[in-house]
Amino acid sequence: MNIHEYQAKELFAKYNVPTLRGHIAFTAEEAVKAAQELGGSIWVVKAQIHAGGRGLGGGVKLARSTGEVREVAQQIIGMNLVTHQTGPEGKLVQKVYVEEGADIQKEYYLGILLDRAREMPIMMASTEGGMAIEDVAHNSPEKIIKVEIDPITGFQGFHGRKLAFGLGLPKEDVNTFVKFASALYNVYMDNDAEMIEINPLVKTGDGRFLALDAKMGFDNNALYRQEHVHEMRDLSEEEPTEVEAGKFDLSYIKLDGNVGCMVNGAGLAMGTMDTINYEGGKPANFLDVGGSANATTVAKGFEIILKDPNVKAIFVNIFGGIVRCDRVANGIIEATKLTNVNVPVIVRLDGTNAIEAAEILRNAGIKNIIAATDLADGAKKAVAAAKGE
Amino acid sequence: MSILVNKDTKVIVQGFTGKEGSFHAEQCLAYGTKIMGGVTPGKGGQEHLGLPVFNTVRDAVLATGATVSMIFVPPAFVSDAVMEAADAGITMAVIITEGAPVKDMMYAKAYATKKDMMTIGPNCPGIITADECKIGIMPGFIFKKGNIGLISKSGTLTYESANQVVKEGFGITTAVGIGGDPIIGLSYKQLLPMFEADPETKAIVMIGEIGGDLEIQAAAYIKEHITKPVVAFIAGQTAPEGKRMGHAGAIISGGAGTAAEKMAALTAAGVTVVVSPADIGKAVAQVMKNL
Repeated sequence: MNIHEYQAKELFAKYNVPTLRGHIAFTAEEAVKAAQELGGSIWVVKAQIHAGGRGLGGGVKLARSTGEVREVAQQIIGMNLVTHQTGPEGKLVQKVYVEEGADIQKEYYLGILLDRAREMPIMMASTEGGMAIEDVAHNSPEKIIKVEIDPITGFQGFHGRKLAFGLGLPKEDVNTFVKFASALYNVYMDNDAEMIEINPLVKTGDGRFLALDAKMGFDNNALYRQEHVHEMRDLSEEEPTEVEAGKFDLSYIKLDGNVGCMVNGAGLAMGTMDTINYEGGKPANFLDVGGSANATTVAKGFEIILKDPNVKAIFVNIFGGIVRCDRVANGIIEATKLTNVNVPVIVRLDGTNAIEAAEILRNAGIKNIIAATDLADGAKKAVAAAKGE
Repeated sequence: MSILVNKDTKVIVQGFTGKEGSFHAEQCLAYGTKIMGGVTPGKGGQEHLGLPVFNTVRDAVLATGATVSMIFVPPAFVSDAVMEAADAGITMAVIITEGAPVKDMMYAKAYATKKDMMTIGPNCPGIITADECKIGIMPGFIFKKGNIGLISKSGTLTYESANQVVKEGFGITTAVGIGGDPIIGLSYKQLLPMFEADPETKAIVMIGEIGGDLEIQAAAYIKEHITKPVVAFIAGQTAPEGKRMGHAGAIISGGAGTAAEKMAALTAAGVTVVVSPADIGKAVAQVMKNL
């Protein structure tokens, strides 16, 4: 789960990670009011969407008067912001964060994420603030300094010093930076974060370090114990069909092909998409219906897949282990009665009681159900059906 | 022969009396696994499925001599259960539970390693040695005995692969579902040498997926140390970047962890990499023919 910049900064504030003052605004009026409350003579108006690259897309603008605040807020709120992370369709901006200006002397990058190979968090810093860290890693990896932090001992002074001296900070700045990094580590661990990215982290003319931007993602498995984080979830930032599927414990991800997929198990679901691709088709979605695959879940699966108008055929690929195929077959028949399935459905059931299942499907005599014998056969038939063959 | 578990392996179940724990413990017993009893705090002294229930793992180990624990406790209690097993002298914990917080596993695995306890999972189907011992939730009947070792991040792809291998006239020595979480226990790199050393295993199937770099590490290891033929499939060639594909660890982030890079590394290491998972069985038949 991801949160907005202004939400991440609220969390930062609780841990004394320094940020600029700012207010959230849903209208240009509120933006002006926010600027007045903040005072000063320069403000930054920032689109709040769950994607990076907002500045380049025109979603972050400087204002030198409250009149300008109103003007840029009007431009940004309601705009369809396209960045390298939103995809070509972009994202509708519903709110802006109005922040006080800062006297920026230098920009850095600071981030924390889980290093899966080392099985502990790593903190990364770079002098290339404002650039995408992936690009820095690719073009000049020597400019990224990394420290791994053993969760058992936690963040130590040396971790911070290694980063500070690595960045070439003057010695009078080292302690301030170490305090900043240490506080950020606490934000990460206490809240079950998956990643934090501050890009840029800035040093101001008066020698302060500030998080100018903030991006945070969280471990979904830990949300049950991070209620304050869960409350920050913004469903309008997520694909509506994926949210709907989630309510029924179905894991669905929309893709841009025309062969719908319904599969049990995440690995087989990905494998089914790959097989469709291999056979010359394009998968319309990822959908894991889980272990039970009963009439209700299958019906819901059909409903969700068919919300996508591109879908021309559906491939149901179930490997019955503990769940028996004959039960799944009955579930599929039941589901076709519950939902109007108007495209060919190719069904491949393998595993426990597969032969009985094939018999049940044949006898049901539903004309748009096509039986398949194995994974390759099912994918071939589904691709052909989607092409109208 | 086999790896890690066999007909003599003594197993206890943590979360024994719960719905999932009960159902699968019964299935494992029916398969022939030596389930010795289980642990449910507060229910010590009772009997369940005709077997003793203990309050602590320590009590269970002392009374039964079990060396392996199969864990079914809810996600919030997984790290506690794993650490209790490690503390009690269990040598391998098979963690079936799905949805454990990453931070918890970070601590639990570090503790287990310190106590010399191996872990499998979490969020995995478990481990099975064909016709001898099933510790997990996989349908046992698919795994006919044979000469192929199997390592997989995915449950259903494990069944799919085993089924294809059997349809081609071969069978399985041991199959290990290592799980698809960001932090897991035994992985390819630890399991490959075990299969290499097992005289009964003639070839190895490894199923990977997008996210992380365990498959890349495996490729480097295979190149240097594995002489037996390896067939691999990497799921998620068509997965979009930045989306979590069901498994907590199956995500391409910042352009890293793609199927393409893993397939390239494995191919360069001499592994037979299939593009379609429907070809796993055929590829195994081919490498076995070439032996």
